[in-house]
Amino acid sequence: MNIITDTALEKALDAKMNTTPLKMIGKDVSVYYGDKRALFDVNLNVRQNTVTALIGPSGCGKSTFLRCLNRMNDTIDHCRVTGLITLDEQNIYDSAIDVVELRARVGMVFQKPNPFPKSIYENVAYGPRIHGLARTKSEMDQIVESSLQKAGLFNEVKDRLNEPGTGLSGGQQQRLCIARAVAVSPEVILMDEPCSALDPIATARVEELIHELRANYTIVIVTHSMQQAARVSQRTAMFHMGNLVEENDTDKMFTNPDDQRTQDYIMGRFG
Amino acid sequence: MSSSHIVSAYDEELKYLSRRISEMGGVAERMAADAVRALVNSDTVLAQKVISDDPILDEAERQIGEKAIVTIAKRQPMAADLREIIGSIRIAADLERVGDLGKNTAKRVLAVSDSTLPRTLTRGLEHLSELASAQLKEVLDVYASRSPEKANGIRERDEEIDAVYTALFRELLTYMMEDPRNITPCTHLLFCAKNIERIGDHATNIAETIFYMATGAQPVGERPKDDTTTSLNTMPT
Repeated sequence: MNIITDTALEKALDAKMNTTPLKMIGKDVSVYYGDKRALFDVNLNVRQNTVTALIGPSGCGKSTFLRCLNRMNDTIDHCRVTGLITLDEQNIYDSAIDVVELRARVGMVFQKPNPFPKSIYENVAYGPRIHGLARTKSEMDQIVESSLQKAGLFNEVKDRLNEPGTGLSGGQQQRLCIARAVAVSPEVILMDEPCSALDPIATARVEELIHELRANYTIVIVTHSMQQAARVSQRTAMFHMGNLVEENDTDKMFTNPDDQRTQDYIMGRFG
Repeated sequence: MSSSHIVSAYDEELKYLSRRISEMGGVAERMAADAVRALVNSDTVLAQKVISDDPILDEAERQIGEKAIVTIAKRQPMAADLREIIGSIRIAADLERVGDLGKNTAKRVLAVSDSTLPRTLTRGLEHLSELASAQLKEVLDVYASRSPEKANGIRERDEEIDAVYTALFRELLTYMMEDPRNITPCTHLLFCAKNIERIGDHATNIAETIFYMATGAQPVGERPKDDTTTSLNTMPT
């Protein structure tokens, strides 16, 4: 009889985890807004087909780091990023990189659902169209349908694809934004507090969706809800005052973290 | 606990749990010691008191369990807080069992009160009971301090109780073989000895729970065991 001890099982799981390929690598990443330094030499890797949660108090730099991963910080004046960030071993801050193409590969979903003031169909079709992903109307129909399917929204909206996206409920709008992000076949999806404006049921739907999307995408999520981070992610990174304090398996992070600051934060204690 | 929660009511809930555990510990400790005292002195009044105290522990365990569940639902505790609450549930269950074992011993006082027991046997039981009581008392002190080192120390001492229990077991067998009229009282005493030995086991369980609460890890290594009565040959030679 084979007896797998807990430690043997743990080691096997660790080994599996450790062999998960790295989709993105962040090395000595620092960010400055003018003279103010927002991130201090952060070394954080994103594993493929893994949900990585970034947690920490407001102003800790977690959203700043997230926005570095698809160069959203480029849009902010006076913002300077140093260090190295790679996607599939390619430096995304290299001058040869096409930022528009990068953002198609590394999509983003924001805190507040922000559908375009267009029809549901057009919201999803917009990205594929500007990236030239569909040659015919039927190809586009295909992309729109499958994207809405993946976002778990298709059945709810299939009879009103031409109605405005802004007419949907908050939770549906957020899933529409996820469908929009998925439509351009990204490899990585960044989510910046995707559920903070949603009610618990819509939140549960989005969390279920994150769980399903993980099979095909790599996901990085910033969340203020510790419980959400614990539920949806496999890896968790804790930021504090611009530093990466601890990165660990999520199960370990929320039951027995290594760092005192993580401990205080997740337990809601004074530091 | 290094710092307070931002939500102070949460601290109050955790304090309530640890206060109730300490109270339960006090009652369980007293019941276990009184039961053996009643046995040694054939004091049926004291035995009756031990029996009637048992519902206090049953009720306390229930209340701790309810509070723990409400706290988990309300606060969604994480890390050390979560371990603290789960630990409270486990320790309350162990202490409730200690009370049951004390009560069982007390019931046997009534059964053996009219037979005369050899003084050496009750002395052996007393010694066993002192060891178990010391173990229990110490583990409750460790609960207050949450020291993982001390918790580990207690765990290693369970061996001594097991060894004394094994010796007592052999002695009781000898008496029974000597004179069949001893069988009834000696069997009761054997159960009493087993009860006391089990109290030591529960103290060790509690020590392990405290270790887990403090460190988030299970104590390493097999629990030391010196109770060899399961393999004792009882055939007279």
